[in-house]
Amino acid sequence: MAIEAKVNGKPVSFAAEPDTPLLWAIREELGMTGTKFGCGIAACGACSVHINGEITRSCSVAVSDVAGKSITTIEGLADTEGTLTALQQAWIEHQVPQCGYCQSGQIMAAAALLAKTPKPSDADIDAAMTNICRCGTYPRIRAAIHSVAGTAPANPA
Amino acid sequence: MGMIRRTFLVGGAALVGGGIFAVQYGDSSAKSQAATLTDGKGGHNFGTWLRIGEDDTVTLYSPHTDIGQGSNTGLAQMLAEELDADWSKLSVVSAPAESAFANVVLGKGFLSEMSGYPGIIGAMPMSLLGMVARNLNLQITGGSSALRFTGQQGLRVLGAGTRAALIETAAGRMGVPASELTTADGKVLHAKTGKSLRYGELAAEAATRSLASKVALKDPKDFKHMGKSVPRFDIPAKVNGSAKYGMDVVQPGMRVATVIAAPVRGGKLLSVDPAPAMAVSGVEKVISLESAVVVVAKGYWQALKGARALAPKFSDGGHGGLSTASIFAEQDKLRAEGKPAKTAGEGDVDAALKASGVKVIEADYRMPFLHHAMMEPFALTAQYKDGHLDVWGGMQDPLGAKAAAASAAGLAADKVTFHPMLIGGSFGRRLPMYMEVVDQVARVAMQVPFPVKLIWSREEEVSQGAYRPQSSAKLTAALGPDGKITAWRNDFAQPEDGLREVPFFYDVPAVARRHFKQVSNQTVGAWRSVNATQHGFTTESFMDELAHAAGADPVEFRLKHLKPGRHRTVLEEVARRSGWGSPLPAGTARGVAVVECFNTIVGQVIEVSLAEDGTPKVHKATAVVDCGTVVNPTAAEGQILGGLVMGLSSGIGEAITLEKGAVQQSNFSDYEVLKLANAPSVDVHFINSGAEMGGIGEPGLPPATPALANALFALTGKRVRALPIKDQAKA
Repeated sequence: MAIEAKVNGKPVSFAAEPDTPLLWAIREELGMTGTKFGCGIAACGACSVHINGEITRSCSVAVSDVAGKSITTIEGLADTEGTLTALQQAWIEHQVPQCGYCQSGQIMAAAALLAKTPKPSDADIDAAMTNICRCGTYPRIRAAIHSVAGTAPANPA
Repeated sequence: MGMIRRTFLVGGAALVGGGIFAVQYGDSSAKSQAATLTDGKGGHNFGTWLRIGEDDTVTLYSPHTDIGQGSNTGLAQMLAEELDADWSKLSVVSAPAESAFANVVLGKGFLSEMSGYPGIIGAMPMSLLGMVARNLNLQITGGSSALRFTGQQGLRVLGAGTRAALIETAAGRMGVPASELTTADGKVLHAKTGKSLRYGELAAEAATRSLASKVALKDPKDFKHMGKSVPRFDIPAKVNGSAKYGMDVVQPGMRVATVIAAPVRGGKLLSVDPAPAMAVSGVEKVISLESAVVVVAKGYWQALKGARALAPKFSDGGHGGLSTASIFAEQDKLRAEGKPAKTAGEGDVDAALKASGVKVIEADYRMPFLHHAMMEPFALTAQYKDGHLDVWGGMQDPLGAKAAAASAAGLAADKVTFHPMLIGGSFGRRLPMYMEVVDQVARVAMQVPFPVKLIWSREEEVSQGAYRPQSSAKLTAALGPDGKITAWRNDFAQPEDGLREVPFFYDVPAVARRHFKQVSNQTVGAWRSVNATQHGFTTESFMDELAHAAGADPVEFRLKHLKPGRHRTVLEEVARRSGWGSPLPAGTARGVAVVECFNTIVGQVIEVSLAEDGTPKVHKATAVVDCGTVVNPTAAEGQILGGLVMGLSSGIGEAITLEKGAVQQSNFSDYEVLKLANAPSVDVHFINSGAEMGGIGEPGLPPATPALANALFALTGKRVRALPIKDQAKA
């Protein structure tokens, strides 16, 4: 039985078995590969998407649980013309990505943070940004978030 | 070490001041092979790695895999600098995994650094070096080598040689002396007449000329591209989800597979009943390999469910007795037997330790296996069709991957094509010494009539690693009455010595660094900065212990043992910039460390306090870096930041342990990688010393752990002698 939901504003119908993690339904059924597989146990955050606006690690949500919900992936942040959000532009300006594999998830986590807390403190950033980056881009992630929010880090480099 | 330094200084000094540099191109057979791969549609090949199009496009075929360090952008800056290319028309693509693109210059650089006989290597003709590189399948990214070898000794020279050929061609066309011509932004200009010719117009004829045997390189004061923080080419695609990694490969009709390998390295698959996996919806095939079982399904989730339903029986290959404790015991035994495989240093250490009036200090250090933890687990796709095997994926040596696939499939190399994809982290894990994933996917592809993507689960990735070796060291030193070190002995046990890459630079009259070679069946490999993590931790921790024993400030104590030179300058600068000695808030302390790695010297000062649970919280770090010359400051700073964070992460929380021959960790839940909340703000400064160019991707890592451990000692009086620190904090 198909599972109806919205992805990046468009209605989709998932044919995947109900226990399939949303991550794999997005990647393999919809062919949208910006959302990454990292650990499969919601520990690293590479698969982060928004479900009804809430940041969620899609490797650990069954596709059956998103019926009727609205999902946003990294591909859905830019507008239909491909114009990047200010957050994505800040990621380029601060030259954040190195290998880049975790950055879809990092950007989704930061977007969710700023949607709820437009002027985050360092403590807010610490609490919200729990995704792993093995390249160690954390100082630039923090700087990019502050630059978009117009806030200043407590302990500037 | 001295011999190597001097050898490179000849080239380094010439480069820094501009001047003449001997030309090192691929030989003619490689050039013609490369030309057939890159030419056509109005393009012309120069020295295998460069194509100039009649439409003025300039393409660099990079022999390096950009694993996130930005090296392709840096290489393009170096080529553009000497070529006077139009930056807006320049692009970089991965060199095809074909032998014509084997990295001859890298072969020369590595052979010189590693062999200990640079004089002989330097005298070898390039055609012979090319043959060596091709036979070794040398297309490696590693050893922080891209800019310092391939860039400095390869692409700058190629750019200058090609520019000269373009000028000569233009001189002929315009009927003016070459000496009256200049170049800028992809054009040859004649100021007197105002005439100009585009590189695209000249390329066809210029490509027929032999490139000059000697070329002049630019003086740094004339640099337009090198030294600039050019935005990296790869970043825009990494912020909108469009970048394609090995994980993202899709081929028509593709299936997805996952693997369970023998938990003990060296173990074999004894038996497996495929029925429970075949009963899972979507599972199509269970394939037994020599030491692993693979489940092929319509999608990853089904393959994973199928694999988890299996109960394969594996042998332990006779290695079931191996454990973390047994390895340390073996290392202690080797030290006790006292027969080092190799010794470096000079002076009579035994006599100096026994001299009257000295204070002898000893300390034992233990370091665990470390896992690379690249964020993208292995994911390679392969298809065998019409007698040809195609493999898609990201590896640090595409040519080596191709050779491994050909060997596993039983095919000739010309029946295999490797398609390099973006890499989601590597840090040494995707080097050619441990390509079992290539072997697996090639064998699976030969048994199925469709393309198959083999994805390692994170559990497989963590437990089947090629780890930074478990290591231990006993340090012994004598302090004279004047508070100076009179003898230094480091008895360290691990697989490799690393003595050459990680020099001991303190001025001590008697030094013995003795390597006790301990190997086990556990797969180990190069882990970002390789042996510099172990040597950096032990040397810089022990220097701190000695400073304490001498009642001296750690910076002052080090300065007493450093003659004027790069190391001393780095230490003075990091002390100054970090405010060393200035007051800190209560409950906070500083630690310092200086490590040389791949010819780059990095000093770091770390400020730390303790969280409520006793684990360290790093607030601020200062890094001072002398890598000779910085090609792209923003990208280079990113590498130092990243290395520092990875060094803190490993020092605080990472360890792979073995029990009954098997790895006990399985995922990020029990292999703890540092997160943003615990990453400090970092201040990075470069010293443009003009010394021979050093590496940048790795040297930021090694000082972080000892600087942190030293800061913790300053804070708590408790010395860190075993890693990771969290185990000690909780004990």
